[in-house]
Amino acid sequence: MTDLTKLTMAEARDGLKKKSFSALELTDAFLAAIEVANPALNAYVLPTPDHARAQAKESDKRLAAGNARPLEGLPIGNKDLFCTKDIRTTACSNILGHFKPPYESTVGQNLWDAGAIMLGKLNNDEFAMGSSNETSAFGNVVSPWRRKAGDGKYTSVKLVPGGSSGGSSAAVAADLCLAATATDTGGSIRQPAALTGTVGMKPTYGRCSRWGIVAFASSLDQAGPIAKTVRDAAMMLKTMASHDPKDTTSVDAPVPDYEAVLGKGIKGLRVGVPKEYRVDGMSKEIQKLWDEGIAWLKAAGATIHDISLPHTKYALPAYYIVAPAECSSNLARYDGMRYGLRVNGNNLIDTYEKTRAAGFGKEVRRRILIGTYVLSAGYYDAYYLKAQKVRTLIKNDFDEAWNKVDVVLTPTTPSPAFAFGEKTGDPLAMYLEDIFTVTVNMAGLPGVSVPAGLSPEGTPLGLQLIGKPFDEETLFRTAQVIEDAAGRFAVPAKWWTKG
Amino acid sequence: MQVDEATVRRIARLARIEVSDAEAKGLEKELSGILDWVKQLDEVDTSAVEPMTRVVAQKLKMRDDVVTDGNIADAITANAPLAEDHYFVVPKVVE
Repeated sequence: MTDLTKLTMAEARDGLKKKSFSALELTDAFLAAIEVANPALNAYVLPTPDHARAQAKESDKRLAAGNARPLEGLPIGNKDLFCTKDIRTTACSNILGHFKPPYESTVGQNLWDAGAIMLGKLNNDEFAMGSSNETSAFGNVVSPWRRKAGDGKYTSVKLVPGGSSGGSSAAVAADLCLAATATDTGGSIRQPAALTGTVGMKPTYGRCSRWGIVAFASSLDQAGPIAKTVRDAAMMLKTMASHDPKDTTSVDAPVPDYEAVLGKGIKGLRVGVPKEYRVDGMSKEIQKLWDEGIAWLKAAGATIHDISLPHTKYALPAYYIVAPAECSSNLARYDGMRYGLRVNGNNLIDTYEKTRAAGFGKEVRRRILIGTYVLSAGYYDAYYLKAQKVRTLIKNDFDEAWNKVDVVLTPTTPSPAFAFGEKTGDPLAMYLEDIFTVTVNMAGLPGVSVPAGLSPEGTPLGLQLIGKPFDEETLFRTAQVIEDAAGRFAVPAKWWTKG
Repeated sequence: MQVDEATVRRIARLARIEVSDAEAKGLEKELSGILDWVKQLDEVDTSAVEPMTRVVAQKLKMRDDVVTDGNIADAITANAPLAEDHYFVVPKVVE
């Protein structure tokens, strides 16, 4: 039998339909792969084999009865930021301890109602704050990719899978699930996708319900999929997206059939290339990749237009006011009283302070303090209000661009995957990882990262497409053109299976 | 912008996070660095700009003012560090 874990989600769907294998066989193949890989990669913080097999058996019944749902029997991973009913959810923070939500996230519920199978909970940066999956209370996720040395041999240097959805990106790249849920506040879907050769789609703010997703920065957080192919990402988003009365920011608009637009081509599509993204210090390979992307889209019939997004350079500093401010406010709920960790002190305030000092990791504490500072008496106008006004200007830049173009093409990251510890010393160096992705969150737009090439060291690189609000269809259509031109990038060697 | 140790202590108290002396020293530098860096926003003239509220203008939905959920005290207290008879047990609040 072929290795079922190597299938794409669409191929697995076809295989189940043709009865080439059962949902249980497919699920068992992934559970076996997780058991072998997880000690090395640490992608899953909680595999849920019994839960998965029970769902698979139900799926097999439905497949046999001919009433399969859209994602029937397809095993996926679920980021630990998504609440799962009666299954431990921690946001990879010690402060949530052994929290077992008595409810399911809306995005998760949509997936299970469509027949998808949950293999387990995936690692992420603590409360989704990080770009390398180095801040998780469960330890680092290791990328399945490795760098080549000058002699062409792969080194054993451990690389980051990106973050915050590092468990999602690593698991998809390492064939430990067909696809995964993820969330993106400043690039947490697209950056890890770019660093692992996977497709990551952050939809428009409001496309997916945020209900039941542990909150980080509520005006920026959005759920989306990480998948092996553009088609798989389209299948996932179609099911994840919905209007939800439980999230007033979720939009009451029909969800298109994203798969239906794939292969329709991009003849006549107007593609914008923003000059402000040609930043100082951009690596040569990224520049080359971008030029290749432009050539591919041109060859497919698109027209290329130079555009200007003049406020781009202010997006990241504005983000590092808005996100910590909202984080400090959201994370005020972790007080050790109603759920999660409690460390007893001499009095109530001492208990709060000890609980939060012990429960939150270093980066989370740092962001709460920044957020508390910028929201403290006398500073609100100078920081938060100012940053929200800059957001309007960033959004206006895009509104202007949409008069001339239909989609914007940029690199996803300024450089290829880095090794552990390379950027942890300096918070600002790590924050720069999000320089190309964060504008999209600030303006609330949809963005997708598509694998487009390899660095000279053999590690994956991604291109980002940015679209008009609620025009994910154009992004999927264009992303498919890039995928067709660039090909797919599979991990060259599953080094963790040896010895 | 220089954040001094007293400021670190003040915001740590506001945020209800205990900070050790060694940590406070490191935070002075880190927070100053980040706040200096975000200061570049001062270059942008925002005097005639409204703050962003949402991506696409949308009328806030209204619903009937009725109870939609309830009688789930077990579920609500299930994760409490300490609970008794559907009450959260907390340290003494009033001396």
